[in-house]
Amino acid sequence: MTDEIKNKKAPQEFYTKNENEENLTASKAEDGRSLYAEAWARFRRNKLAMLGLVMAATVILAAMSANLIAPYDPIKYSVWSSRDAVRFSPPSKAYIMGSDLLGRDIFSRVLFGARISLQIGIFATLVTLSIGVPLGAVAGYKGGLADDLISWLVNVIFAFPFMLFVLAVVAVFKNPSLSLIYIAIGVVNWVQVCRVTRGQFISLRSREFVEAARSLGLPSSRIIFRHILPNAVAPIIVQATLGMGSIIMIEAGLAYLGFGAQPPTPSWGLMISEGQKYLGQGTWWWSVFPGLAIMYTVLSFNFVGDGLRDALDVRLKR
Amino acid sequence: MLAHIVRKLLYSIPVLWGVVTAIFILMAVVPGDPARIMMGQRGDPETLERIRSDLGLDLPIGRQYTKFIGELLHGDLGVSYRNNERVTTAIAERFSATLRLTLWAMILAGAVGLTAGVISAATQYSIFDYSAMFIAISGVSAPVFWVGLLLLLVFAYSLGWVPGVGEGDGSWRYLILPVITLGIRPAALIARLTRSCMLEVLNQDYIRTARAKGISETVVVAKHALKNAMIPVVTVIGTQISELLSGAVLTETIFAWPGIGRLSVEALVNRDFPMIRGTVIVMAVIFLIANLAVDISYGFIDPRVRYDNE
Repeated sequence: MTDEIKNKKAPQEFYTKNENEENLTASKAEDGRSLYAEAWARFRRNKLAMLGLVMAATVILAAMSANLIAPYDPIKYSVWSSRDAVRFSPPSKAYIMGSDLLGRDIFSRVLFGARISLQIGIFATLVTLSIGVPLGAVAGYKGGLADDLISWLVNVIFAFPFMLFVLAVVAVFKNPSLSLIYIAIGVVNWVQVCRVTRGQFISLRSREFVEAARSLGLPSSRIIFRHILPNAVAPIIVQATLGMGSIIMIEAGLAYLGFGAQPPTPSWGLMISEGQKYLGQGTWWWSVFPGLAIMYTVLSFNFVGDGLRDALDVRLKR
Repeated sequence: MLAHIVRKLLYSIPVLWGVVTAIFILMAVVPGDPARIMMGQRGDPETLERIRSDLGLDLPIGRQYTKFIGELLHGDLGVSYRNNERVTTAIAERFSATLRLTLWAMILAGAVGLTAGVISAATQYSIFDYSAMFIAISGVSAPVFWVGLLLLLVFAYSLGWVPGVGEGDGSWRYLILPVITLGIRPAALIARLTRSCMLEVLNQDYIRTARAKGISETVVVAKHALKNAMIPVVTVIGTQISELLSGAVLTETIFAWPGIGRLSVEALVNRDFPMIRGTVIVMAVIFLIANLAVDISYGFIDPRVRYDNE
């Protein structure tokens, strides 16, 4: 009888004072260079990826120091506050990217717009990951009913026209704040990450090291997070980086349609839609420069994402 | 094969039910009193009350849901809060405009993307390859609505080559800019994917064999390689359908194109709930049908995928 109880308890005890587990997680290569050091070496050799990294760094720098670099206030209507402010100024020495209807400097607004876009990009990505990764992990690891339910949910969200779904979620609230927008984007956007994570877990769950961890009696949550996830993280990182770009574009699209950031916020998408009304009058700079800023930012994340995929993806290495 | 199609078809039912239920819940929690939306500020309390009971809004939410599903099963999507138009009629009127736009965009994207991708792969590291891939990655990175505006600015407003917004008299000239705008993104994605798949295939042994037999490079690329590189490309065309419908929402808004994309945005601005539900459901049905079609087409493109051993 006592023996039986001991046996039942054994796995738990095993788990608390287990040294073997450390050997299982050790993933360093023989020569001492870790997977990530090697990936970084490959990444560094990729010119386009490094270019993307530099481009992304300039966007981040611009966002962080917008208040230092910007020559004018991005929001204040300078038409009324300063005598020499000009409305609809084409790009000139005083206004590098021109000025808008209210005499606001486009360049300053583009700089501050980087803050909005990056903020949404980063937080929406966090929401995306914190929903998509756990659900994908459970679906892939557990299989069965859990997998059926989660896969059903993923398919339902996929069948929705993406833009309309985000719009409808945002429309639920009267005055969309920035945090609401990134939550709405994340709530719709997690499905892609979920699919990637699920696929990884399905292919990893039957591998020997997982079986070993299971036979040591480790609880599922520990196997999922400590043993499988570190091995599944590369494609998730790639997906998230590439996703940053599309999130920034979705935010711009929302703002363009009037469902995202509200005036006078210097959001790139909003600036494009404000400038659109005057496009016929030849004030092209109002819409063109914010669009270039979006393209530059998205391009940088796409370059980095492609570079990461090439550096981390074992499938391409063969 | 048939069993596979039937199974896929049956699986679309719970997915569609999920979409229908999700959009019903979303619209039920969106603030705004439909009676007020219909009457504006004029309505006196009694009229408002009567409208609510006419619309069934005084019923408990569960009853409203069963009523909605019941009507839906009879092909009834309700009546617009805005102008009392039947939602099905409104969508039917706008449907052909969206179909025309998205089909042409897809054809353009497929033609341009495949051609550019194949040539890029065949002439790897050439000037064509570099410039095509540069254009492609820019195309993936530029927001649809901004590209549309630039095209309008240059080709309609400055050069005057094509008419501006709207559908005009229905002439194909009005279709050019919206189709290009909507097609750029999928074209860029297809070009990039075709190139990488072709490069992978071109490295394989049977290609070397074909070359060794003295077959001309054109035939090797066009006949032997392309066929095998097509499979992932077809998959991506399938996933692009959803993006295309989302893109249509923006493109139709820029070009004042009278399709269901613009209809849905107007409905959202107006908080016209039955119209929003209707457009979303119709788009989801299109998406499911299109994906089913892509799925079936695998069997024809790749004989290995005949689903016999499932």
